[in-house]
Amino acid sequence: MTFRDLLICFNGLLQRELLRFIHQRSRFFSALVRPLLWLVVFASGFRAALGIAIIEPYETYITYEVYIVPGLCAMIILFNGMQSSLSMVYDREMGSMRVLLISPMPRPFLLLAKLLATSLVSLLQVYGFLLIAWCWGVEAPLWGYLTALPAFLMVAMMLSAIGLFISAKIKQLENFAGVMNFVIFPMFFLSSALYPLWKMREANEWLYWVCAWNPFTHGVELIRFALYQQWHSEALIIVCLVTLVASVLAVTGFQPQQGMGKRSR
Amino acid sequence: MKTVKSTLKPLAAAVLSGALLSTPAWAETAYVSNEKDDTLSIIDLDTMEVTATLDVGERPRGIIFNRDRTKLYICASDSDTVQIMDLKDHTIIGELPSGEDPEQFALHPDDRRLYIANEDDALVTVVDTVTFEVLAQVDVGVEPEGMAVSPDGKWALSTSETTNMVHWIDTETHELVDNTLVDQRPRHVEFNQQGDIVWVSAEIGGTVSVIDVDSRQITRKLTFNIKGIHPDKVQPVGVKLTDDGRYAFVALGPANHIAVVDAKTYEVLDYLLVGRRVWHMDFNSDQSMLLTTNGISGDVSVIDIDDMKVIKSIKVGRYPWGVRIKP
Repeated sequence: MTFRDLLICFNGLLQRELLRFIHQRSRFFSALVRPLLWLVVFASGFRAALGIAIIEPYETYITYEVYIVPGLCAMIILFNGMQSSLSMVYDREMGSMRVLLISPMPRPFLLLAKLLATSLVSLLQVYGFLLIAWCWGVEAPLWGYLTALPAFLMVAMMLSAIGLFISAKIKQLENFAGVMNFVIFPMFFLSSALYPLWKMREANEWLYWVCAWNPFTHGVELIRFALYQQWHSEALIIVCLVTLVASVLAVTGFQPQQGMGKRSR
Repeated sequence: MKTVKSTLKPLAAAVLSGALLSTPAWAETAYVSNEKDDTLSIIDLDTMEVTATLDVGERPRGIIFNRDRTKLYICASDSDTVQIMDLKDHTIIGELPSGEDPEQFALHPDDRRLYIANEDDALVTVVDTVTFEVLAQVDVGVEPEGMAVSPDGKWALSTSETTNMVHWIDTETHELVDNTLVDQRPRHVEFNQQGDIVWVSAEIGGTVSVIDVDSRQITRKLTFNIKGIHPDKVQPVGVKLTDDGRYAFVALGPANHIAVVDAKTYEVLDYLLVGRRVWHMDFNSDQSMLLTTNGISGDVSVIDIDDMKVIKSIKVGRYPWGVRIKP
């Protein structure tokens, strides 16, 4: 097995993800509409929510719209990562997962290649959203759009790995929908995506600590700092560690016969 | 050898000019008066950091340079004096008899006569900065605050906060010759570069009046409306006009925004978010940058005028009031 073989395999997976993304236009638009609703409607109503304070990485006072954009980028990645994991449960139930696993490539490579392919598709949605946000008047420094690229990719890998781990534990598609509610929303709301952590601390010390331990918070902060061309070592380390642990757990715990076995019975 | 030298010479010149060109355009110093701390903060605009904090008289508010920017005049309101600071070594070298509670002042183009608004006494005191003598005291309306001298030196204008008027003082005779009624609580008055138009902010009125100097009549009145901010909080105070006549910047006090106005069409182009209770402003020498003092948040915001964006806010002392930038 050569590097070229691996590349061909990855290319195939990426193309499949891209085709699925292109064919499911409603998925693309819903992925954009969701954060845009937050940006245009929610942020306008909550302009005063942020209060007056300068917080890192910002050099001056910012509007609430500016604050929530990195969190909304992470939200797009979160939904996309989870949706992609959902599709794996679906693939498993429909049997198309078997076709993928027939490939002579090692299973860990196939799963990680799928994670990466999903993450790259998320990037298209994120940059689409950032373009609309820019037209709406929420601009980051120009170079920040480039420096944020690795941060987007790392966060996408982390969230896809978490999604894959969760999907490995799900027996049926119906169960997964329930887990989505118990994973996506708490992960998103209990983070620094919508409110700075100091604001959360003012309200409730316990909630603050839950937010501080949420890996999604660190993903949001990694994106926020990278978008403003700054380094956040703590967030970077946590995102890398969580990605590693979730990937290992997902790959080792992934049982393709789940669901399929039930069908064959 | 000659060839090498002749090759190196233009190279060295190119490197030198490159080095000069790469020097930031804003390697300048800003002086900020901190009303509550009785201090001046000095900001290096190259590093955008406070490099020194100097003790001055009580409650420093208005500050102004002399013509060659070797001295800084400081209205030490609660010390009832105008202090003179030597900018070479930042020492106070003298005090002018300002009258009681000086708040704002303006220097005549002759670089000698200083027009000081005495808020508590309803007076404008004219002081000779060379002889330290009071040349005149002119009765004006109640609580005078804003003060400006026209570029040709013919007019000294004062605004009275309670009488709601702009008072026109002839600088030849030091007599009050006319008054223009404006909206409630006029705080600041600013001439354009040509000296034919004057802008007056009204804090409670929430407006800026544009007055024709020849007729001394209001020709235009500007109002401001910021999305999500109650109109009562929109209280215009400081006004600054670019020399090229393109923009006017109006500090909107507790609205925490600076209004960017097209100085030709009088259309409000944008509102820029700065710190709390933005008060006064000053340009750097090439007018590519504007600094604002934000009283309650205790900082100075820096606006990049080319991009029309607030690029940084720098923490200074408590209640920064006036700001002046020295090249």
